[in-house]
This record gives sequence, C-alpha cells and structure tokens, in this order.
Amino acid sequence: MAGKMAGLMAGFGHYTHAVVRGVPASLAKEALRSSQAEVDLAGARSEHEAYVQVLGTRLGLEVVVLPADESLPDCVFVEDAAVVCGDTALITRPGAESRRRETEAMKAALKELNLNIVEMTDENATLDGGDVLFTGQEFFVGLSKRTNQKGAEILADCFKDYAVSTVPVLEGLHLKSFCSMGGPGLILIGSSEHAQKTLKIMQQMSDHRYDKLTLPDDLAANCLYMNLPNKGHVLLHPTAEEFPESVTVFEKLKDHMLIPVSNMEKAKLDGALTCCSVLITKRADI
Amino acid sequence: MKLAVCRVTLLDGTDFTCEVEKRAKGQFLFFKVCEHLNLMEKDYFGLAYIDSHEHKCWLDPTKEIKRQIRSNNWQFAFSVKFYPPDPSLLTEDITRYLLCLQLREDVASGRLPCSFVTHALLGSYTLQAEAGDYEPDQPRPLDNVGQLTFAPNQNKEMEEKILELHKSHRGMTPALADVQFLENAKKLSMYGVDLHHAKDSEGVDIMLGVCANGLLVYKDRLRINRFAWPKILKISYKRNNFYIKIRPGETEQFESTVGFKLQNHRSAKRLWKVCVENHSFFRLNAPEPPAKARFLTLGSKFRYSGRTQAQTRVASSLIDRPEPCFERTASKRSSRSLDGAPMISITEATSENGRDPHLDLHSDSKTAEVEIEETVVVQEVSIAPKPGLVSVTSPQEVTAEKEVVVTVETKEAKQESVSSESESEEEAEYHPNVSVSICHTQIPEEEEEEEEEKEEEKGVSVPDAPSLPAEVEEEEIEKKKNVEKEVEAKSNYDPITTQATNGHTLPKESGLAPEEEEEEEEELKMNGEASVVEAEPRPQVICCSEPPVVKTEMVTISDTFAAQKTEIATKEVPIVHTETKTITYEAAQLDGNGDGEPGVLMTAQTITSESLCTTTTTHITKMLKGGLSETRIEKRIVITGDCDIDHDQALAQAIKEAKEQHPDMSVTRVVVHKETELAEEED
Repeated sequence: MAGKMAGLMAGFGHYTHAVVRGVPASLAKEALRSSQAEVDLAGARSEHEAYVQVLGTRLGLEVVVLPADESLPDCVFVEDAAVVCGDTALITRPGAESRRRETEAMKAALKELNLNIVEMTDENATLDGGDVLFTGQEFFVGLSKRTNQKGAEILADCFKDYAVSTVPVLEGLHLKSFCSMGGPGLILIGSSEHAQKTLKIMQQMSDHRYDKLTLPDDLAANCLYMNLPNKGHVLLHPTAEEFPESVTVFEKLKDHMLIPVSNMEKAKLDGALTCCSVLITKRADI
Repeated sequence: MKLAVCRVTLLDGTDFTCEVEKRAKGQFLFFKVCEHLNLMEKDYFGLAYIDSHEHKCWLDPTKEIKRQIRSNNWQFAFSVKFYPPDPSLLTEDITRYLLCLQLREDVASGRLPCSFVTHALLGSYTLQAEAGDYEPDQPRPLDNVGQLTFAPNQNKEMEEKILELHKSHRGMTPALADVQFLENAKKLSMYGVDLHHAKDSEGVDIMLGVCANGLLVYKDRLRINRFAWPKILKISYKRNNFYIKIRPGETEQFESTVGFKLQNHRSAKRLWKVCVENHSFFRLNAPEPPAKARFLTLGSKFRYSGRTQAQTRVASSLIDRPEPCFERTASKRSSRSLDGAPMISITEATSENGRDPHLDLHSDSKTAEVEIEETVVVQEVSIAPKPGLVSVTSPQEVTAEKEVVVTVETKEAKQESVSSESESEEEAEYHPNVSVSICHTQIPEEEEEEEEEKEEEKGVSVPDAPSLPAEVEEEEIEKKKNVEKEVEAKSNYDPITTQATNGHTLPKESGLAPEEEEEEEEELKMNGEASVVEAEPRPQVICCSEPPVVKTEMVTISDTFAAQKTEIATKEVPIVHTETKTITYEAAQLDGNGDGEPGVLMTAQTITSESLCTTTTTHITKMLKGGLSETRIEKRIVITGDCDIDHDQALAQAIKEAKEQHPDMSVTRVVVHKETELAEEED
C-alpha cells in the first residue's frame, strides 16, 4: 500500500538529481564577499570539480551541470536561485541585485526536470535559497540581508503543506551560514551566540522536536545530508584542514557515511557546502 | 411543556431534526445528535451556529439553547471542535469517519490548505473509502470523481491524479482508507488551527491561530510567532483587545504581555473563549472547577466545561462495544452553508464499511452510554475521589499568588456574577498555567519547564511540616536530574536565553512509562491537589500532593462502573498488592499579604490523636515591617490505614475536630494520596 506515493514527507534526503553550475573566472575578483580575502580561481575550480564528482560519480546522483556565466560571478552558488521541495520549485528573487539573472538558467533546468515552477515576481520580495532550511517537516526562513518577509510569505504560499516560520539572521550572510540538516530531525548548529539564539527561536516556533549537534565553527555546521539507496545516511562535511575542531564532532554520527569535501576557496566568499547544488527528488513514474 | 424544533446539519450533509424543550440546555441537543450518530467519543465534537453578527459560535452545553442562539431558527451544524493530534489513538472507526468528513470539508473549502499532490492523495483515500476498489471497467470513472469536490481549485489534472492514486489503494478497507487520510491530514501545518483575524500592536493585519499546542501568529501564511501553552501565564481580553502574558525567559526578569487588536469586543471574547477551551481540553487532566466565589476575577467566568482530552482518552479506552456499523452517506450531501463551505453534491455512493448496512443504533448502547455519561474525572491516571471530600479552593488562587489576581485596569465590567454569555462583558482573564493538573502527555522538556515554574512558585506556597522538607528536596533534585537526563539524552536545546524554549506537547499514548508518571506526580506535589471534582460513589486513587514514597502504577480500573457492569473494563492489570490510603488535609488561613516571602518557621507541634490519624500543627510566623508579625497556622492531618477504613469518615471527623479548635479555619486543600507497596522488588 505504500506504493509510489508514500504520502507527505516521505523519505527526507532521498535525492535523485542535483543541479550545479560551473565556476566563472569572474568569481575570483568580482564575486560578492564580506571579507577582503583573495580567492584562488584554480583552487576554487578544483574543489568544485571534486564536489561534483562526489555527487555524481561517488553517490550516483544524476547531475545537471549548468554552464558558468561570466556576467554572473556568483553563479556557482546555485542554492540561492531556487528552493525545491517535492515536485515544486520556487524560483527565487535573490537579495543581491547583481545575482538576479542567475535564476534564468536555473528555471530552464528545473522545467526540463518536469518540476512545477513557481516564480517569485513580486518586486518587494527577496529571497536567497541559502536562507531556507527545510527540516523534512517544516521550513524555517531566515530574515537576513538577502531575504525579507515578503519573500518568506511567498515561499509559505508556495509550499502549502508545511509550516513556514521566520527566524532572524542577526549576523552572517544566510541562515545556513551557521546551520543545516544533518539527518532526519537533526539540526547541525554553530556555537556562536547568534547561531544559538536563532536555534532557540527555531525551536520555539516549531511544533516538532529536533535533535541538535553543535559545531565549534559556524560555517562547519553547513553540511549536505542525503539518504541514498545502498548508501544510507550520507553527510558531506568540511575537511579537517578547514575546521580541525569541528571535524571531530562529525565522528559522533555513527550511522552516517562521512565524506569530507573541501570548500576552502569558496568559503572566502561566504560560500558553504549546501550553496553549490540544488537537490531534487524525482520519482521514477513522473 | 413547550417544545422547540432544532435542525442540525450533520457532517455528511444530511439534516437531523429533533424537538427539545424550549429551555433545554445545549448538552441535551448535543447528546441527542451523538446518539443519533451512535457516537461515543463525543468530546472532540460540538454544535456550531451562526450568531446575529454572522459569526460561528459553539453551543455551550451547560447553558440553555435559547439564551445562546437568538434567532428563531434553531439551526446548528455538528462539527469537529477539537482536532485530535493523533487520530490513530481514537478508539472507534466511526469517530475517525466523522473526523474525515469534517476534514474533507475543511480541505475542499480551502480552510485547510495543502499542495496539489496532497489534495490528490487525500482525494484518493476519500474515493477508496467511499467507492471501494478502483474498477477499470467502470464506465467513465472520471465523471464520478468530477462530482466530488476535493479542493477549491480542482481541475481535470487533479482528478486524473486522484484516479491514478486510487488505483494504488486496491484492497484497502474504508476504515483503513480513513486512517491513511488522517495520517496525512494531521501533518498539514494548519490542521486543527482555528484562525482569527486580528491586528498586532502596530496595526498590521495578522491571523491568530489557536490549536492544541498553543497560540500561533501568522502574517498571511507565514508563521511569525508561536506561544506554546506552557509559556502563557495569562490570557485576557478587554474591550476589543486580546492579551497574553508570557513567562520570562531564563535571562529575563519580567513577564511580558503581548496585545492584539480584534475587530470588536465580541471577537476578542470569542478568541479568548477558544483559547480557554483549547488549553483546557488539550492540556489539563480535568477541567477547572466551576467558577465560584471568584470575587477577584472580573468579567466572564467562562471556563471549559467538557471533558479534557486526557479524560476522553481514558474513557475511550474503556469503550467495550463492538464497532458500530454505520452507513457512509456522504453521497447525500447538501450544502453545509453554515460556515461558508461551498455547495457539494456527490453521486450516490453505495458501499458501507463492509458490514450490515442498517444503522445499529442500540447495540450495547445502554451499557455504553452508562459508561460515557458518567463524568469520569481522571486525575492524571486514576479515578475520581469520593464526594464529600471538602471542596477545594480553586487551585488558581493557590498558585497564582505570583500573579496577585487583581486586575490592574479599572473595573469597567459591571456584571460580575452574570453568566458568561452576556455579551456586554467587556473583559475577562484566564490563567492557563494552572500547574496543578498538567496533562501527563507532555514531553520531558516541558516538564523541565514546568519544574522551573514550580520552583519559582515554591517559595510562595505553604511549606509543609518540618518532617518533610528533606525528603521533598531530595525528590525534587532527583526529579530535576531525571528530567535533565532525558533532555540531554535527546540532545535538545539549552536553557532558555532570549526566547522561550520549544514547549510543544506531543501527545503520547495514555499508557505512560512509570518513570514519567513518577515525574508527573512529583510535579504535582508542588501545587497540591487538583480540582477535586464531582462524585463517584467509590473511593479511588488520586494523585498526590507529595512525592510517593513508593512507586505507583497506572490503574485504569474504573470501579465506578462496577456497580453497573458485571465486568470491569481495564486496560492494565493493577499490580497493587497492599494499599495504604493516606488522606492529607491541609488548612491554612489565607495569607492576604501575597508578598510571596516564605515565612519563618517558629514552632511546630505534633499532636497525635489516634493511631490512625496524625495531626501536625505548624505555626508559621512571618515578620512584617514595623515589628509586626503574622502567624499562619497550618494543620496537616494524615490519615493512614488500610482500605478497610472509611477514610472519608475519618477525614470528616478530623476536619470537624480541627474546626472545633480553630473555628475560623477554612479548608484550602484536600488531597488523597495513595501509596502502594509492591510485593516484588522490581519496578
């Protein structure tokens, strides 16, 4: 009876496809960043290559690679361009004006994958996918420099099954700059004061209860979780080179296949592991 | 005897008409409808009507119908009032069926929003339940589907999806289809949320949602705030303003009050009532005692008068009749225009739930009715105390000392003791955190919260006899440890900082692990006993005002029915071997000071009058300003003995004696505590 449609919220993390995008040369000098760090383009490209390899070759996802666009230095961070849940994709309106056109290629790719497309066209609304945390049971949308309430309202209207709650992002770029899902019902969270505050608000806003795993480094709390056939729980996490203290915490996850993936160069641009892909669950019968 | 005609639209769209006495109370009509439906698990439902201002109201069962519905047309709609968070825990299929009918309407009208896929999925379960297995050779299946409304924006695409999914449910019985329907519906974010339009303090349009977990604040569909019930100290309304007082966070010193503006004071009052009812139903073990002598409370004394979820669950577990047959008559739908739901017409569906098609109204209904009609008041786990136990001071007053139940605002409400339907009541208050009988279905985190609350209040409540404190504290510490341990194990949040912690209530099975029970009992100890309520003719177990020395086990025996039934319906075998019944009686002069400072214990005496009865008299003297002192005399009478003893008589005797000594003493708290000794060493 479970059949093809197991109903709402079946199988958190059961992805089949991933959409990624190439690294433009303009990334090194022109991509938005909060610090003044210099980015090594070659390094960024090679770590991205490794990332895509893990998704496709190692984990067996069907990877769609969108071509880089020099006029869009941040285009590698595809997460911000769309929010996908189930069979519906919300094409966002990124908070930074320089990034608006990143959504065009994303929309086309998601249409190709036969998802229902909803576009955020309201000019008063902004939303970056990096501010959206889907827990499997509900959404949290971080109100940050890039995402506003109107954007969150449109997301809530788009995904009607789920509760969508707003939480403040007091510091850092995005909500997911200091948290992510590490498994079903498990929130990975950074140790900084604002991270902990935001977590408390998430807990207050929720009817559900979550376990948490605290990482000493905020950015280390951004990991990519998947639950794949023949592999079970999978977690892509930052390397020991980047966050030596945090890495030991991941070892607590005894049931997970842990895959360290370097993100050092992109981190200088406030990029994290979830930023570089949009994960989709496509059912075979669609 | 004058009669009036009532028309009730049922959930399947059919009309039920009956006559009631003109002065009949709402309860009477409600029970008639439930009887007609053969429904036993009634507590989740109610009768709604449209008032003269076009708003939906619930018919108060305790009040006369004619005082509520003002029009001459007594038209009601039988509806779900409290949506059970876990429908699989309902005992009977018929209850689930009715819940499904309500939800189908909620979904179809748009009141319960969901995605396209969910609409289709729910629709497919509806189809399976109503029409049975998908038949490929059925002529034009799409037509049949097209006549049902599953969604507000239904189209061909959705209908096709429904059919597709319907195919995959082959072999599923209607009852099971209902279960699946509910499993999916209950997860929807707006399931069981009662919405009210309001404005926030800045004049922004918002919606306030009341549900089993607390109060939600929405901006459009976005959840912008949430106040779980444990976090709310007081709910009040005044004129067209609605206020909630929130507990301070860990780092905060003061409580905060959040205010909302409603359209008018009727709306504010309506919202307030809904909050009171939802809180009572989902959170309390027993409803608050009827308002009496609340001379410090202004305005409406409305309180939820029905059974709580905890009570109804216990009652449900005692249902012992075979599943009633019922006809699935959704085909006969007509408009349920009472609440603006769209007109729905469905072609005749023919299948039933696999049994004899005729309604079997009276199968065992006699005994069944007896069971349910009794007001079984469950104190956490056990059955009601005897009558004749002295009436208790409203627990609210005991615990609310912190609040000092005096409203700050000027007294505008003129009606004090008027019935609460009086529309001219402009304000009222309710203190939901009546810590006395919190539902045992909380999760440990909440217990921790409430433990904190108890801790705070401890300083206020009357200290016990000197022989106890050490014990008490040990238990407390132990309990805190237990709770903390659990919290850690689940690796959940840290102590509260700026925002309230997640106090959500995940209802659990009524069969609790003893560990939790013990915690729960310890919790109760701080606040003394709950509303000791109406009568059962047999003395039974009550949970206690002090931590049990020995573990007690949940006993769901309802001895009250033993007189009527030959067999006792129990779901758990009691493991009690010996019993010692202790009645604790505390009386104290009211402390009118209310400054919450614990007194200084000056003297204590122990007077033993009989071998059965121990009276401890404690004089607590409080030093006040100006060199004055105030003495409070506290008597703690403990009556111990085997069950053979007539405890009630002994208690009455003891009270009499105490009163002879101190004529101006009044009873403030009566607690019945049962200690059980287990023959085995195990737990």
